[in-house]
Amino acid sequence: MRARGFLSGGWLSVYAFLYIVFLYLPVIFLPIFSINTAPTPKFPLTGFTLQWYADLPHTPALLDAAWNSLKVGVCASVLATVLGILAARSITRYRYPGRRAINGLIMAPLVLPEVIVAISMLLVMLQLGLSLSLFTVVLGHVLVCIPYSMTVLTSGFEGFDRSLEEASADLGESAFGTFRRVTLPMVAPAIISSLLVCFTISLDEFIIAFFLTGTEATLPIYIWGQLRFASKLPGVLALGTLLLVASFLLMTIAEILRRRAARRTRNEGGLYA
Amino acid sequence: MPEQPQIERPQSDRAQSDRAQSDRAMIEIRNVTRSYGSFKALDDASLTIREGEFFSLLGPSGCGKTTLLRMIAGFDNPTSGSIAVGGQPMEGIPANRRPTNMVFQSYAIFPHLNVEQNVAYGLKRLKLQGGEEKRRVEEALAQVSLTGLGKRLATELSGGQRQRVALARALVMRPKVLLLDEPLSALDKKLREQMQVELRRLQQAVGITFVLVTHDQYEALAMSDRIAVMFGGRIAQVASPKEIYQRPVNRQVADFLGGMNFVKAEIVEENGASLIVDTLGFGRVKTDKPKAFVRNGGAATLGIRPERLRVLWDNATAKFEVAGKVVERHYFGEITHLIVEIPGLEKPLSVTETNDFGADDIPVGTPIRLAYDPEALVAMGD
Repeated sequence: MRARGFLSGGWLSVYAFLYIVFLYLPVIFLPIFSINTAPTPKFPLTGFTLQWYADLPHTPALLDAAWNSLKVGVCASVLATVLGILAARSITRYRYPGRRAINGLIMAPLVLPEVIVAISMLLVMLQLGLSLSLFTVVLGHVLVCIPYSMTVLTSGFEGFDRSLEEASADLGESAFGTFRRVTLPMVAPAIISSLLVCFTISLDEFIIAFFLTGTEATLPIYIWGQLRFASKLPGVLALGTLLLVASFLLMTIAEILRRRAARRTRNEGGLYA
Repeated sequence: MPEQPQIERPQSDRAQSDRAQSDRAMIEIRNVTRSYGSFKALDDASLTIREGEFFSLLGPSGCGKTTLLRMIAGFDNPTSGSIAVGGQPMEGIPANRRPTNMVFQSYAIFPHLNVEQNVAYGLKRLKLQGGEEKRRVEEALAQVSLTGLGKRLATELSGGQRQRVALARALVMRPKVLLLDEPLSALDKKLREQMQVELRRLQQAVGITFVLVTHDQYEALAMSDRIAVMFGGRIAQVASPKEIYQRPVNRQVADFLGGMNFVKAEIVEENGASLIVDTLGFGRVKTDKPKAFVRNGGAATLGIRPERLRVLWDNATAKFEVAGKVVERHYFGEITHLIVEIPGLEKPLSVTETNDFGADDIPVGTPIRLAYDPEALVAMGD
């Protein structure tokens, strides 16, 4: 008993604290230096300014990149979510041989080295005779987004009580009416959550976009390009901070919606004796 | 002094229904079989459920009772055979166009809608005019004592309240038949007993045919006008609760409906309505021959319920008695179970005695005499 108290009460919490600091300290530097007057990120800080943020909208290349990222993000998240809905519905609703294996294969891109995936996709695209463009980036992003959309959607669909759809039919509603009045409202939060997660992933993704894009840069590629010029660094920091905040907000909303969806489908008690 | 009301002892033990029932058939099930590959969930079942009847399908899990209910509702179809509701064949008619409504085991309350919206769900399609919808929802909520809770969300309701919502949502459709799939199994014991009484009362008030699926024999006995007992996809017996309990057709039905002592017997004489058998312990007995009795050589089984054996105290005597010795005693509060060894019987008799005369104090090992009524001995096939 004493050993456990010693661990959990004292050293374990110190360890946990250091761990969190290690994870998040570098991230905190980003916003700090983005409002510093000095163009180089160095302590001590020289003064407060929002100039770097004010400069952002006056950079045409940046605006182009942002617009590209938005297009890719919307397309990739919609495609990944549609495919994810079909897969998640099949995995959670039906029992068939190879169900687990298929699930594993869909989730695999999560752990495959991204560089390898990117190179393989590049080879395939070129073999297919596709010219590199934002469209090829979308295809690549769909691949990496599907595992995330699956995770979100499965947790929303799992425990979806089949008798809800039966109850609707029993009360006289047609198949389409049941889908519109019961199924869709029940899983809507999970679908929106999946869209947000996929959009965030696509917005931040660098390696696949780097390999598969032609001449059009997405935001991470634009940032990568700007890093060669020391004078552009504060702008990059400001942009990075904005991306960070956007990602954080989107993921938080997505998680709240995912939990709401999961709660909805699971709060139906009832014992199956 | 006001005159004391006198209660007359009923002469016949034939079940007397509490109210006049129509003899018209509401549901006709003819030779229905449902196969899954080589497994038969339901095997050549035939059954007629009358209009206005509270009918129960009783049996252990896997006996086919839920399969049958789901086929009446239209969620499943017979492999062969036919089902008719209200004289209309149901073949090819999907669940959403059948004159039946169901209370699901999980209640299946729509969690994104409030109580009122849940109850009004099926009415929305009917496009009722001039506040009729609202009036019917109010009426249904009142029937299940949920008035005033219309704005609550399903997540804010207790188990018992959800069940009432499920009931109201089905009743508001004014179905010809209300189907109930183990509606009380998720409730705790006290609430379950309360809901049994309420369900029975509700059924009598609305006069709709109720078909209840349950594995709880007490639930079926307490609520039903008639019960079908099912085992392994087959219907073993269809009768009133009293008939099922007192005159089970075989050992399986007898066992499922509660405790029963089984005694081996030799058939001495068999004629139209009665059997005369010899037993060890109970001697020569004349009993009613059950309708479905199938003779299997010279052997038969006699059964007697534990509460139909009474302890004879002191020097009391009875016309029919057996003597033995108490070997076990189990206390259950209002009653005591005694296990009594009878010379000549291979298995000891189980006896249920109320505790008002001190059955809970009989020491193990005491010699004892038990009184019985030969009427309570029932002959059955194995």
